[in-house]
Amino acid sequence: MFKLEKKDAILLLIVALMLIFAPFILNPFPENSGLAQFNAGYPDLMQRFVFFGIFAIGFNILFGLTGYLSFGHAIFLGVGSYAAIWVMKLLTMNILLAIIVAIIISGLAALVIGWISLRRSGIYFSIITLAFAMMSFALAYSVLTPITGGETGLQPKVTDPRILDSALLAGDTPKANLFGLDMTATYNWQVGDWVFTFNVGYYVAAILMFLCFYLSIRIFSSPFGMMLRAIKSNQQRMNYSGLNSKPYTLAAFVISGMYAGLAGGLMVAMDTQVGPERMFWTASGEVVVMTILGGAGTLVGPFLGAGLIKYMENIISKINVGVLHDWFYWLPDWLENFVVTIIYPFVGKGWNLTLGVIFMLVVIFIPGGLVEGIRRIINWFVKRKNISASREITDSDNMQQAGEIQQAGEEAASRGKNNG
Amino acid sequence: MAEAAKNIVLHIADVHKSFGGLHALADVDLAVEEGKTHAIIGPNGAGKSTLLNVIVGKLEPTRGKVVLDGELLTGKKPHEINQMGVARVFQTPEIFPELSVLDNVMISAFAKRDGAFKLNIMNSLESETDIQEKARKIIIDFGLDKQINEHSGALSRGHKRRLELAMCLIQEPRLLLLDEPTAGMSRHDTSTTIDLLKEIKSTGMTIVIIEHDMHVVFSVADKVSVLAGGRIIAEGSPEEIRASEKVKKAYLGEAQ
Amino acid sequence: MEAIILQIMNGLDKGSAYALIALGLTLIFGTLGVVNFAHGALFMIGAFCAVTLNKILNLGYVTIDPTQTDFLGNPLKVKIPYVYNIFGENIGNIIIDWSVPLAILITIPIMVIIGVIMERGLIRHFYKRPHADQILVTFGLAIVLQEIIKYFYGANPIPTPAPEAFSGTFDFGKMIGLKAHSIIYPYWRMIYFIFAAVIITAIFVFLKFTTFGMVVRAGMVDRETVEILGINIDKRFTIMFGIAAAVAGLAGLMYAPIISPNYHMGMDFLVISFVVVVVGGMGSLPGAVLAGFLLGMLESFASMSVVLNILPGLNQIIVYLVAIIILLVRPRGLMGRKGVMED
Ligand SMILES: Nc1ncnc2c1ncn2[C@@H]1O[C@H](COP(=O)(O)OP(=O)(O)OP(=O)(O)O)[C@@H](O)[C@H]1O
Ligand SMILES: [Mg+2]
Repeated sequence: MFKLEKKDAILLLIVALMLIFAPFILNPFPENSGLAQFNAGYPDLMQRFVFFGIFAIGFNILFGLTGYLSFGHAIFLGVGSYAAIWVMKLLTMNILLAIIVAIIISGLAALVIGWISLRRSGIYFSIITLAFAMMSFALAYSVLTPITGGETGLQPKVTDPRILDSALLAGDTPKANLFGLDMTATYNWQVGDWVFTFNVGYYVAAILMFLCFYLSIRIFSSPFGMMLRAIKSNQQRMNYSGLNSKPYTLAAFVISGMYAGLAGGLMVAMDTQVGPERMFWTASGEVVVMTILGGAGTLVGPFLGAGLIKYMENIISKINVGVLHDWFYWLPDWLENFVVTIIYPFVGKGWNLTLGVIFMLVVIFIPGGLVEGIRRIINWFVKRKNISASREITDSDNMQQAGEIQQAGEEAASRGKNNG
Repeated sequence: MAEAAKNIVLHIADVHKSFGGLHALADVDLAVEEGKTHAIIGPNGAGKSTLLNVIVGKLEPTRGKVVLDGELLTGKKPHEINQMGVARVFQTPEIFPELSVLDNVMISAFAKRDGAFKLNIMNSLESETDIQEKARKIIIDFGLDKQINEHSGALSRGHKRRLELAMCLIQEPRLLLLDEPTAGMSRHDTSTTIDLLKEIKSTGMTIVIIEHDMHVVFSVADKVSVLAGGRIIAEGSPEEIRASEKVKKAYLGEAQ
Repeated sequence: MEAIILQIMNGLDKGSAYALIALGLTLIFGTLGVVNFAHGALFMIGAFCAVTLNKILNLGYVTIDPTQTDFLGNPLKVKIPYVYNIFGENIGNIIIDWSVPLAILITIPIMVIIGVIMERGLIRHFYKRPHADQILVTFGLAIVLQEIIKYFYGANPIPTPAPEAFSGTFDFGKMIGLKAHSIIYPYWRMIYFIFAAVIITAIFVFLKFTTFGMVVRAGMVDRETVEILGINIDKRFTIMFGIAAAVAGLAGLMYAPIISPNYHMGMDFLVISFVVVVVGGMGSLPGAVLAGFLLGMLESFASMSVVLNILPGLNQIIVYLVAIIILLVRPRGLMGRKGVMED
């Protein structure tokens, strides 16, 4: 399938199925049950999974493969958003053009910023990109107000020219669409106590996400991706082996910038507005956190990380004191109050605190992120099986066979690793 | 002239290199003939590695020039010099420790082929059968087939050296530079390395080798240059060098 | 002339803060080889030490003052801070008024303890890990510290006044023989500058003239050799971390009256301080100080209306612009050692 190796094809298939059936998968709880608050199958959140999934998958092509840690990638998210909104104001509400322009403009921005930043490596690269991020935000907020709308941001207005669209009917508002297909159109399907929501915008975004994931697989398994990995591992050796690393790292930078631009363009395509906070440095930090949390350098990690963070953000920030008391009502009063007091700082508005703690724990204990965590657990099971198997055989004095089984187990483990 | 008849691959002409006040290289002239193995020996700190650094473009000489097959190397970037056919094994192995032995060798071949830049994302690694085959073959030739899927960072020092050599050879270089390929090796590993070097030599490869172990030098070298204090103090066949009083003095003088 | 001096002086207080934070960053990077993204959070914690002491001193109880009446003629309820009970009303008032400088006494031990715990408990385990991991974990720590402060103190800036005696302005122009009212400058900013100068001098003297400092400096250049000499460099580096934390904390504490502390002030200053370190030259202490003041002043010059009319928004980006240019044309920074970041 699509010129892919079997394991990659399976991975792609799984992602495709997950994207298609997300409205079901994310809505496991009946509508009126107490657990309904853990459902995530509504358009707004599902779309956010996809936006940030794309953003993180792209970021991972730079950071995961080349090891260059950029603290400025939200710039391209912002640039993509502003480009898209201007297309929607001036040309057409058809999101296709907006998205294409978003990708191109953010790619150009990435070319310029990457060309400058990549003249340094290591922490200096990180600091330059951070400086660019701060600068872009400051500019978007102040001098560039005519282009960015400053603090209030931009959104399509009835009075905008939109020269490619036919004039709006009186009383109509401009709606983001794909050749007439309204992005906000939604269909609810009631099955017993369950309600499943299917939203056009989500599926459009999901298709693009699928393509992004496919492209990422291609890059990971291509010689090009291998060159990027090698640059991360030992850039010096690479240079003495005849490789000019600059165009490679720049290509990775631009590709990841274009992914970010696409994500930014999509955000505008779905909620038709943008403000400068989209390119604040914390947004750049967020994508770093997502990628690391999921597992930098792995295929699914960034997507997992993005999904998990957006999910937890959504769920955890909804929890308040009342909810906590509901949860722990069965404890003795004093204990209930105590537990609630302990947990309270971490929920609701305290979501960022939880995020910080999780992030630290991951960096400290599982630098490879969730994917590595899962891998370790699998390895542990495989090993245990092997040990018990080899013990039996050793008893019968057949060492060689034991060795083979051990090896087979290790191979299985390393295969699991490659699949990540 | 008789000289012109021989095909000179590498020509180092009047090269100086100073670090501040320290003259690491002075008046170095060297000509390496095609298909020959040219050894450079000398006491510690003589400037041997510095000379290789000048050749591969890591360092710019203060004066003088380096020429490969009539083309000037001086002033070019390391990757350009490699693309012109110079491959180097470092004094401490420079490999990709996180990646497997096979990947290491394949990367080296890809780097040679796509060095300038190629966004070939529609090829998968598995579909690059030519390079894959070639890499496997060379790994087997170098006796690393057991370790082919191991992380190269976990290899023994001797194996790392051999891997780096394989990475250089898959590029089919015009000129191979070796910086102390047997340093820190056991007697046994050293003798297998000598065999390996002889084999490489027999393919007609032009080699510059830096070596402390005289046994290795006399086993493989066609010509020896002695570097001391940044200057070439003697040059000749291994036998001539062995017999030279001047060379003995330089070494003994150093030892005292 | 007056305008130039005024701008220079306007850059002094921010420049001092940048210099102090950058100094700590450089010390930590130079000694431990760690890039500490949580250093800004230490600056912020220092500022909140002032806030906390101020709040504690203002704690009190409510009683009825029979000698006064409110506008309805009822006896007036007044709040009596507990310090009145301990020190009497006059001294109590002075203590409350001077809460910011007094906070120095509690800030130093608190910051040193936080610094040592941070180094022992966290940073130590990251010496051998890649710089990227160090950045990430300290970045995570910065978020955590910032959110904890936000939880306890809220998201709004908390005004924390300087002592009454220093809260006004003075006519610096007249003082140095220029036109009267040409340069009006707040007292506290002047104090801040002097304070920073004292601390910076103290650090340099300490590093230059004590054995401890000499060992640390030697360790910054060549850690291995120092260790071979049998000197326990680790312990000294831990102490150095504590000192750097204290410097950041004091810088934040004294800045409290200027900025009104908020939970994100740490990050705001941190990013610029990194820029300062880079401009000054990674690993160079004098470079960090010099660049701190230079950038502070540059920022204030860039905010002159003359400049802004020509290049609007320049004040917002000048620091970053300078950093990018410096990294590109002179990567080792103003005073960095050769080769330090020229890879
Ligand atoms: N980058 C550098 N900066 C300053 N001095 C250098 C540099 N590289 C080498 N040197 C000095 O130049 C001299 C020659 O060093 P070089 O490494 O070439 O010696 P060598 O002959 O390879 O010795 P060894 O047998 O120990 O490898 C030494 O004194 C060394 O200290
Ligand atoms: Mg050497």
